[in-house]
Amino acid sequence: MNPHTTLAVAEAAAATATYAAAVRQLNVSFGSAHVLKDVTLAVPAGRVVGLVGESGSGKSTLGKTLVGINRPTSGEVLIGNKDFTMVRGKARQQMRREVQYIPQDPYSSLSPRRTTGQTLAEALDPRGADPVKHGDAIAAALERVKLDPSAADKYPHEFSGGQRQRVAIARALMLEPKLVIADEITSALDVSVQADIIGLLQGMRGTVDSAMLFISHNLAVVQEVCDDVVVMFQGRIVEQGTIDAVYRDPQHDYTRKLLASVPGSPDFTLD
Amino acid sequence: MTSRFRSREFWTPAMATGAVLLIALILIAVLAPLTLKQAAEQLTPNAAQEPSAAHWLGTDDFGRDLLARALVATRLTLLMTGGAAAITVLAGVVIGLAIWLSGRRVREAALRVLETAVAYPSLIFALVIAAVLEPGVSSAVIAIGIAGIPGFARITANLASSISSSEYVVTARLLGVSPVRIALRHMLPNMAEPLLILSATVFALSLVEISALSFIGLGVQSPEYDFGRLLNDSLGALYTQPVEAVGPSIMIAITGLSVMLIGDALAAHADPRAKRRFFRRALQRNRTVAVPVGDAALVRVENLRISIPGRQELVKGISFAINPGEVVALVGESGSGKSLTAMAIAGLPSEDLAVEADGVRVGDMNMLAEPNQSRLAKEISIVYQDPGTTFNPSLRMGSQLTEVLRTHLGLGGAKARNLITEALAAVNITEPAKRLRQHPHELSGGMRQRAMIAASIVTSPTLIVADEPTTALDVTVQAEVLRQFRRIHREQGTAMLFISHDLGVVEALCDTVLVMKSGEIVERLTSGQLAARNVHHPYTKALLAAIPVLDLGRTPVVAGAETP
Repeated sequence: MNPHTTLAVAEAAAATATYAAAVRQLNVSFGSAHVLKDVTLAVPAGRVVGLVGESGSGKSTLGKTLVGINRPTSGEVLIGNKDFTMVRGKARQQMRREVQYIPQDPYSSLSPRRTTGQTLAEALDPRGADPVKHGDAIAAALERVKLDPSAADKYPHEFSGGQRQRVAIARALMLEPKLVIADEITSALDVSVQADIIGLLQGMRGTVDSAMLFISHNLAVVQEVCDDVVVMFQGRIVEQGTIDAVYRDPQHDYTRKLLASVPGSPDFTLD
Repeated sequence: MTSRFRSREFWTPAMATGAVLLIALILIAVLAPLTLKQAAEQLTPNAAQEPSAAHWLGTDDFGRDLLARALVATRLTLLMTGGAAAITVLAGVVIGLAIWLSGRRVREAALRVLETAVAYPSLIFALVIAAVLEPGVSSAVIAIGIAGIPGFARITANLASSISSSEYVVTARLLGVSPVRIALRHMLPNMAEPLLILSATVFALSLVEISALSFIGLGVQSPEYDFGRLLNDSLGALYTQPVEAVGPSIMIAITGLSVMLIGDALAAHADPRAKRRFFRRALQRNRTVAVPVGDAALVRVENLRISIPGRQELVKGISFAINPGEVVALVGESGSGKSLTAMAIAGLPSEDLAVEADGVRVGDMNMLAEPNQSRLAKEISIVYQDPGTTFNPSLRMGSQLTEVLRTHLGLGGAKARNLITEALAAVNITEPAKRLRQHPHELSGGMRQRAMIAASIVTSPTLIVADEPTTALDVTVQAEVLRQFRRIHREQGTAMLFISHDLGVVEALCDTVLVMKSGEIVERLTSGQLAARNVHHPYTKALLAAIPVLDLGRTPVVAGAETP
């Protein structure tokens, strides 16, 4: 095969356990639909990994399997060095908190009847969810996503889409999880708001220990935000590597087609 | 919350009337037993009198004032109805949430049980319970209260299930919030509004049912009396003194009316669509306009203004033209007015918007008048953003795609199908004949969008209006769809108005680019100026800067070398 599709990255990471999360030989089926086929992938600690592919390629399913929304048919889901699929009950709840999820649509990801403070407090302390008790942590979390501390007392309808998405990002980082899954978090935003969020994610590099799996269909955004990229096609990983390596010298036909389809790409043409 | 209840929109005539009636009823319930008990219950020799100045509704067989009895009965009736409604609502909410909280099997079983229970009229249910219990006030309340529970529990469970799939509930679950806390913290507050509105319906229904129970003798027993009991009393004298039934009947009607008015007003307030004020847009009479000699433009828009009547101006007097065969882009972010402009030009502005202009014409069609449907269908085609909602899911693709050909061009079914099959093949849809027999869900999003484009060109329109036609598509499919637009433009010379938020897409396809912001055109560019980044307005510069640019770290390959 080609240099990027080898499992070497995953294997090496798995051996030294410097990855935040990994999946090995993962298969997921819904009824007769085989959505993920033998997917092996490691997200190294502290790195931002872009996951690209078209709708139906299985990228969202992979994200949802990592957070535990979908159950794998076979294979391992490793968080830290524990197999997520093997634990049950309290330990599973605890592991769940190690992987956080940011949904696509900022208009439905925040409860309309809860203030930002209450929403963030709930992430820290699911039982009490007391925004007063966790006031300092909430202020720090808002600071991290460049929101004013007064945002803690506001309800979602008082925010713009971009501000809501910042709150959703702050919530996901509240527990300093090993891995954050960002599922198309800029797709529903206007380009200028998308640019703000990209700037925010770039600015957070180095200050946040969590690794991120950045699911997106926008290759230009992935290039701005991510260190590595993983290309999925029809339920399989067809190529993975650093952004520079894959974008400069794509090996798989599908990756080439994907890169050439972006308007503004040097290879893009309508003729 | 408080400011919402002070606003003028909240106090609609229905709300005000309902509230006034309800307050009056509550006052009667409090005061009447204190002041009118004597007249209502004291036996007097003035038996069975006709209405008079002393007794407005007359007296009954025992000489008691009937108006006083009806007014005094208000307290007991309201208390019983309130009690029954409270049982229904509280138990219904608890059971509905409990069903959502339980495991899948218990939930499925419980929902089937509820559905079976709901299938029986609740009054029959109540009759059985009331007949089993000793007749009286409390058993009537319990019977009616319990009879309403299945219906309310089912509604609660349905609301809960739709909220439970919302992303904030999913996220809370991922954070490890316990199901009970999710129910109390996230679900109950977010369904409080519909449940409150439904409670008004439950109250009105309980009123009628309790009155019915008392009327047939299974409810309140003498010497106590509520509205239903009074109706029962009047039954014996219905032929000799029918006025006896008037008091309780009117009181039941007023009580029910007040609560339903409030419920309706709350529901209307909660539904933003119900708040819209509909108005009749002033349409010009002349369907065609004389095109001035020397004006070669296909589309001419002059000083177009679109507004929410009496409130906000959304498009603030814009002017532009589209020449035959020209591809013009309207670019801007959400709220810029680009889609409103496009729909006004296509003759399909939203019902509740006011559209004014010095002139909007497509060819010689006056788009400010009610356009000729047939010419509209033939000369202007529209491609919408979301291929998932463009087609009716219950009809086959064939009948939907050939509709314009059959109704407006008068083609026969077979001929229309042939034309559309060719058009589908032209936009690279595989097995076009088979696709016509399929339903929309059997096609992928990209295929549906290409089918839409195929349908939009079969009438050989002079103008295609495309509203974000590639936004919902994957990047590879987007490129393919854009290629189809380009091909149509090359081969048929169709003019296009292309709406997009993506300058990258626009740059590749369009001759002229109009940048819109807050209802105004802030910059007009040729594709050459855009390609050379020769832009001047700060907003255009900001838009360009905001677009992430793909950098492949190498010089471009020779144009045209890439094969689709």
